[in-house]
Amino acid sequence: MVLGLVNGAFYALLSLGLAVIFGMLNVVNFSHGALFMMGAFVAWMLLNWLGIGYWWALLLSPLIVGTFGVLLERLMISRLYKLGHLYGMLLTFGLGLIIEGVFRNEFGSSGLPYSPPPEFRALTVDFGFMILPGYRAWVVLASLIVCLATWVVIEKTRLGSYLRAATERAELVQAFGINVPRMITLTYGGGVALAAFAGVLAAPIYSVNPNMGSNFIITVFAVVVIGGMGSILGSVVTGFALGMIEGFARVVYPEASATVVFVIMAVVLLTRPAGLFGRA
Amino acid sequence: MLDATTAPPLLKIDALEAWYGESHVLHGVGIEVRQGEVVTLLGRNGAGKTTTLRSIMGLVGRRTGSIAYEGREMIGLRSDLIARAGIGYCPEERGIFASLDVTENLMLPPVVRAGGLDLPTIYALFPNLKERARSPGTKLSGGEQQMLAIARILRTGARLLLLDEPTEGLAPVIVQQIGAMIREIKQRGFTVLLVEQNFRFAQTVADRHYVMEHGRVVDMVPNSDMASNVERLHEYLGV
Ligand SMILES: Nc1ncnc2c1ncn2[C@@H]1O[C@H](COP(=O)(O)OP(=O)(O)O)[C@@H](O)[C@H]1O
Ligand SMILES: [Mg+2]
Repeated sequence: MVLGLVNGAFYALLSLGLAVIFGMLNVVNFSHGALFMMGAFVAWMLLNWLGIGYWWALLLSPLIVGTFGVLLERLMISRLYKLGHLYGMLLTFGLGLIIEGVFRNEFGSSGLPYSPPPEFRALTVDFGFMILPGYRAWVVLASLIVCLATWVVIEKTRLGSYLRAATERAELVQAFGINVPRMITLTYGGGVALAAFAGVLAAPIYSVNPNMGSNFIITVFAVVVIGGMGSILGSVVTGFALGMIEGFARVVYPEASATVVFVIMAVVLLTRPAGLFGRA
Repeated sequence: MLDATTAPPLLKIDALEAWYGESHVLHGVGIEVRQGEVVTLLGRNGAGKTTTLRSIMGLVGRRTGSIAYEGREMIGLRSDLIARAGIGYCPEERGIFASLDVTENLMLPPVVRAGGLDLPTIYALFPNLKERARSPGTKLSGGEQQMLAIARILRTGARLLLLDEPTEGLAPVIVQQIGAMIREIKQRGFTVLLVEQNFRFAQTVADRHYVMEHGRVVDMVPNSDMASNVERLHEYLGV
């Protein structure tokens, strides 16, 4: 259960980034897992090469990887919009493989240690019905805060209304004087930064290794499908819920824990093809 | 002071050609709109009126010729820069966003210049928009959506408004309200290029009328000559 909640925190952050990107670009960002992994590696490099610790990494790594995402979008992905979504997806898939390949070459695939910040070492949080090690409680809290902040930005701000409107009809939003191509670039950068943020959060829990993204991302795609493509609220709620369901399955019937998410996905696709929170 | 007839036109379109993919839709359109005028584009369905407005806004894939606004060439510009030059666009399908409430729809177009109407003035002109401020934009009635689509470009400081068939599909009483509103914004110094199929309505608001057929401008009738040209207009519009 506890592990489930922590996994849910990662599912929520990752599927939120995917949903934001999908809403604006209409591209399923298949390099999301690789960029999540890159977030963790950047935190590791900051620590081991520059002596910059966890808290700064939590800020810097999303900025660095987000900037990398901005470059990817500007230099490559944006060239494919005219050709249709399929090309964009293939490109991001290829980019993901390349990024993972580069890190595997440089760092091997055995995994590098990254210890949790000392503040959490002795800390546990007692909820009454369960006890969470301090760092894991922080991961859940940080994920909730960032998801909530993203939701507020999208639903309650002027910038968010531009994003929502452009998701509906980008052409008209641009004809009102808004630079939509730049907004698309920044959205991609923002979604990627969310993945990198999750990567830094994950670094102390899972060892930092080139495959950490692909382990997660398959489930995350299922979360996105269940929640409804492009739905912000859907991806957050579904992310946490599925993490918990998975964790619960691990306790009561461990053999099913790996497949339960996909069973749910199949059922949702058959009964509500647009996803639980999707607009058909 | 410049005489209205000799002053350079606010909008001057010359030899405009436009394409959707392979199909060539506009064949050398020429139009002039002077500061403070309300000018209509009349013509049957498919004549190219909407395409002319979309070409001005830079929303048509390929276009050639000249579109000068305040003497500045716009033909190669991206549509957000055209809007920022001071042109407001109200599309035929109104373009109200379902995921935005009425206020968000109203506030969506950024202010591009000083001199737009402020919110109290807009709410005075369109009281319904204030009452329905928190409703999703697409929950409004057709008439209210049209009002919203026009109101949101009055805020931005745009001086030239492109209105594409604002009366289409609306009840006569709403059409009258829209007519009154267009006269009111003309009073306030806005310039309007209005697409219409209903020339009786056009007659009540406009100074001049261009008639389009098959992607060309085939006639120009000053409003004062409308009465004596009714026969000809019937023929053009097929009514
Ligand atoms: N998106 C489009 N793709 C291809 N042809 C189009 C498109 N939109 C309009 N057309 C064609 O362009 C011509 C002019 O259309 P339009 O400008 O919408 O006319 P109007 O507004 O005067 O009714 C019509 O023949 C129409 O079929
Ligand atoms: Mg039309």
